Amino acid sequence: MSAKFRSTIGNTFLLNLPLLLLFVSVFNEFDFNYLNYQYFSFNFPYILIFYWSLKRIETLGYGFIFIAGMFNDSVLGFPIGISSLTYLIICGFASYLRNITLRPSLTKDWLYFLFTILFANSINYFLLVLFFSIEINYYEILGNIIFTFLLYYIFSYIFDIYRKILLRIKI
Amino acid sequence: MAASRDDFIIAIRSAFLKKGNKQRFSLIGLIFFSIGLLILSKINLPITNYLKITLNEIVYRTSFIVSVPEKKIQDFSDKIRDHYNIYNDYLLLKEKNKILQSKKYETQFLKEENKRLKKTINEFIYNSEELVAKVLIDKNSPFLKSIIVNKGSKDKVRLGMAVLDDRYLVGKIVEVNYSTSRALLVSDLNSKIPVGIEPGNIQSILSGTGKQNGKIEYLEADVLIKDKSIVYTSGSGGLFKPGIPVGIYHKETEEYFEVVKFFSKLSQLTFVKLVSFEEENN
Repeated sequence: MSAKFRSTIGNTFLLNLPLLLLFVSVFNEFDFNYLNYQYFSFNFPYILIFYWSLKRIETLGYGFIFIAGMFNDSVLGFPIGISSLTYLIICGFASYLRNITLRPSLTKDWLYFLFTILFANSINYFLLVLFFSIEINYYEILGNIIFTFLLYYIFSYIFDIYRKILLRIKI
Repeated sequence: MAASRDDFIIAIRSAFLKKGNKQRFSLIGLIFFSIGLLILSKINLPITNYLKITLNEIVYRTSFIVSVPEKKIQDFSDKIRDHYNIYNDYLLLKEKNKILQSKKYETQFLKEENKRLKKTINEFIYNSEELVAKVLIDKNSPFLKSIIVNKGSKDKVRLGMAVLDDRYLVGKIVEVNYSTSRALLVSDLNSKIPVGIEPGNIQSILSGTGKQNGKIEYLEADVLIKDKSIVYTSGSGGLFKPGIPVGIYHKETEEYFEVVKFFSKLSQLTFVKLVSFEEENN
């Protein structure tokens, strides 16, 4: 195996790592629920989708985000299309922020992320409860929103480092 | 003022309507497609059902494989916890075993007597078919509490079948695909099971709370349930056989008031029994 070929594989892996993480997280929901801490859960796909839609949308792509949403619905037993819609709303909000931002700041992104997930979860809750008559624990969703919001700050630091690596190797 | 409104419209248009760099679909197109799918799901057309079943088959299998590393971590953390608790558990089990030994003979006698008496009054005797299924995915998500099992319509799994862990009720089948099914756990908010509470033969509905326990609903105000009463299925509605144990009613625990603690640990299910009951006249 030549060094050039190996570096191509490595680069492709690095480039598609966020997409891979998105699919792993919708299939697996690694939200540490098994720790059984009451109300502790977070929505990793929201963080991933918002961050990469804001910073570099070509990494994920709307089509893949839509498919990931369908997979998430299937895993959770929700009506097909509901997670896709939520994910795409997050993409829309992130894309709007990208268009109006001249000087990016993590704190602004973070607060805007809170507004985005509150809106997206409201749509999600409204559709599930009123349109499909599925009962949902409101406090668990609230816990999920709070932890997702808090963890965004940490994950965006990690993703920033990762993005710098991508820029350094010019992918 | 007008300029800032124009900027807003341009930014919105650019975000939702424009196809971005290397993007095959526009955001607004996909949003409308999702809404279309949701409407089709609501209408419940046969074609969307087939589509859903196919998607579920693929996703459940893939999810099972992807979940393996997390399951290993979970098993490891459970093992460590079990090791810490082993001595206390041993003492508790020793005590329980003593009580159970004495109750065993009594139960056997009562069972036989019950059968004999049922025959005398011409009541139904239940015939049951059992299937053992492996739990592929247990989604303890904040939204729905459900499990996916590796038996489907090809194994004659039907909607509404009872899901048992050993002898205890843990849920019912709510979705059947070709080789997989989804069971809604008794702890889910959407789960409502007709139950009888002993002693007293109090008839009620057991509802999930979305946590690791359930609550008794639709009970008349003057009915009092004794602490540590046993909750069984009542068989009302003909969905389940009467007398399947579900849990113990607690008036007060460390965290909650008036809850039913399930006999089975719903987060630790690996194999379950899918059981259908048929009434057989004497």
